[in-house]
Amino acid sequence: MSLLNYIIRRLLFMVLVMFGVSILVFGVLMLIPPGMRVAAYVTNEKVPPTAIDAMIVKYGLRDPAPIQYFRWIGKIFRGDLGYSTTANGPVVEGFAQFFPVTLELVLYATPAIILVGLWLGTMAAMKRDKPADHAIRVFAIIGYSLPTFWLGLLLLMVFYGFLGIFPPGVLSEKLLDVVTGKGWIRATGMLTVDAIINWRWDIFLDALYHLALPVINLVILESALIMRLTRSSMLDALGQDYIRTALAKGASQSTIYRIHARRNALLPVITVAGILFAGLMAGAVITETIFVRKGIGWWTARAALQLDVSAIMFNVLFLGVIFVVVNLIVDLIYAAIDPRIRLA
Amino acid sequence: MGNEIAPVREASPSRHPGWQELAFSLRRLFKNPLTIIGLTIILFFVFLAVAAPWIAPPPRPHDPYLMPHSGWDMTPSPPSVKNPLGTLPSQYDILYGVIWGTRNAFRIGLAIVLANLLVGLVLGAVAGYFGGLVDEIIMRVADIFYAIPLLVIAMALVIALGRGLQSVVLALIILQWPTYTRVIRSEILVLRNMDYILAARASGSSHLRILFRHVLPNSMFSAIIVASMNVGVTILIVAALSFLGLGSDTGYADWGAMVATCRNFIVGPPGNRLAYWYLVFIPGFTIALFVLGWNLLGDAVRDVFDPRMRRR
Repeated sequence: MSLLNYIIRRLLFMVLVMFGVSILVFGVLMLIPPGMRVAAYVTNEKVPPTAIDAMIVKYGLRDPAPIQYFRWIGKIFRGDLGYSTTANGPVVEGFAQFFPVTLELVLYATPAIILVGLWLGTMAAMKRDKPADHAIRVFAIIGYSLPTFWLGLLLLMVFYGFLGIFPPGVLSEKLLDVVTGKGWIRATGMLTVDAIINWRWDIFLDALYHLALPVINLVILESALIMRLTRSSMLDALGQDYIRTALAKGASQSTIYRIHARRNALLPVITVAGILFAGLMAGAVITETIFVRKGIGWWTARAALQLDVSAIMFNVLFLGVIFVVVNLIVDLIYAAIDPRIRLA
Repeated sequence: MGNEIAPVREASPSRHPGWQELAFSLRRLFKNPLTIIGLTIILFFVFLAVAAPWIAPPPRPHDPYLMPHSGWDMTPSPPSVKNPLGTLPSQYDILYGVIWGTRNAFRIGLAIVLANLLVGLVLGAVAGYFGGLVDEIIMRVADIFYAIPLLVIAMALVIALGRGLQSVVLALIILQWPTYTRVIRSEILVLRNMDYILAARASGSSHLRILFRHVLPNSMFSAIIVASMNVGVTILIVAALSFLGLGSDTGYADWGAMVATCRNFIVGPPGNRLAYWYLVFIPGFTIALFVLGWNLLGDAVRDVFDPRMRRR
C-alpha cells in the first residue's frame, strides 16, 4: 500500500476518533445538572429560581441530548466556544492568552527531557549490569514514582524558599509591567520569543530564569520513560549482526555505541517523543498550578474548581485533539523514515 | 532406557511445564533485590493500614478517617511529643493522617483496581473470545478513551459527578477500563485457538462454560500482573485529583489533600526558611514511597514474566 493511501486512511480514522472524543466530552457535560451549568454564570445570589429556570429553557439545556450535541458541536465549529468566568471573557480569548504559556513550557521541556533520557539510556546500556546501570535504573523508577506536585513543591521549597533563587511565576514583577504595557509587540505570546522580537534580552533571560525550575521538575519526572526505552532498544541493537560486523572490522567501542547502535535505537524514541509532547500539554495542569504559570493547565484546574463548564469542556476537547493529531504525525514520520514498516 | 524415564515422570506430577515455568519465574523474581525492597515497602504499608485502629486509635470511632485536631491555629506546628510528625494547618496531626491515609489509599486503590479488573475481564473476554463486530466496537470505544489524557478527562468527570472521593473512584473506574480490556483481550486471542479450547468445544461445551472454566482462569494471571503494575499509577492520579481540590474535604486522612495544605507554607518566616519542611515533606514522601513500592514490584514482575525479557 502506498504512503498516500495510508495517510488518507489514517486521516479518516482520526476524524472518527475525534467524533468519538467529542461524544465522550459531551457525555461528561450532560452529567452536569442544567441548574449547575447555569449557576456558574449567575454571580448574584439573590436571583430567583424562576429566573434560573428561564435561563435553562432559553439555552435549551433540557432539550434531548442529540439536539444539544449538534448545537454544541455546531457552535464549536463556528468558533463560538462560550463565555468563561475564570478567564473573564470568551473562551477563545482565554485560550489565546493562556495557550502560548503552556506551549512555551512544553517546547523547552520536551528537548531537555529527550536529551537527558537519551544520554542516561545510552550510558545505562553501555555499562549494562554495572553499578552505573543500576543507579540509572533506580533513578528512573524513583522518577516515575514521585507525585508531580510533590517534587515541584520540594524544588520550590529548597530553591525559592531556602536559596532564594528560581521564583515561581513567568516573569519578575517589574518586567511584567513592560510586557503588559504599550509598546510591547505580542507576536506569539511566548515570552522568550517575544523578547527577542522586541529586542529585550533582559526579559528573555528573566523568562528563561523562571522556566528553569518547572523544566527541571519535568526532566526529573519524565526522562525515565525515554531512558528506559533508549536502554532497551540500544541493547536490542547491540545484539544485531551488523554490530558484530562493525566490531570485526575494528571499529572502536565508542563508535559502535554512538554511531551504529544509537542511530538505530532512536526510532522507538521518536514515537515516545510525540506522546511525551502531547502528555506534557495535559500534564501542565499540575506543573503550572505549582509554579503559578498561567497557561491552559492552570486555567483548567481553576475552571474545574469554580465550575467554569465551558472552559473545562473546551480544554478537554482541545487536549484530546492535540493527542490524536500528534499521534497521527508520529505514525506518519515513523512510516516515512523506517523502511521496514509496511503500512499494513 | 525408556522404562527408566517413565516412572520418574509419574512420580512427580508437579513437574508439569507450567509449574516449572512458574517456579523458575518466582525464583528469578525473588533473586532481584528490587523485588524484596518493593515487597518490604508494601508490607510495611499493609501493616500500617491493618494496624491503624491500634497504633492510631481514632477519637471518633464511627468516623476514623477524620483527622483529630487540637485548635484552629492556621500555622502548622513542628514535630513534638504530642504530634511526632508535626501538624497541618488547623493542627491536624500528620502522623494520624499518614496512618489512616494508608488505609484510605489501600481502600481506594483496591476498589478502583478490582473494579477495573472485573470490567476488563468481562469486556476483554467478550471481545477476545467472540471477536467480529463486538470486538470491533469495544476496541474502537477503547481507542477513544485512550485519545484523551487521563488526568484532564478525570478532572472533568469528577466535576460532573460532584466533587468528592467517591466521584474520584467512580471516574477512574469509568476511565481506566481500556488498559485492562486490551491486555486481557490479547491474552484471550491467543488462548482462543489453543488445542484444549478446541477440544472442549468439540466435546460440546457451551461458550459460557468454555469462557468461565477454561479461558478466564488462564488469562487471570496476566490480568493480575497488569493490576499490580497499575496500583501505583492509580494512586498517583487519585493524589493529583485530591491535590487539585477535587477529592476529599479538609481534615480527611487523604494524602493528596494533605500535601495540598502546604502550598501556602513553602517559604518559612525570615531566618528559618525551611520552618515548615515537615509539612511539605512528610505527606508527599508517604505517597512517593507507597507508589515506589508498587512500581518496584510491578517492574520486577514484568521483567520476569514478560517472555521477551525473561531469558535475557
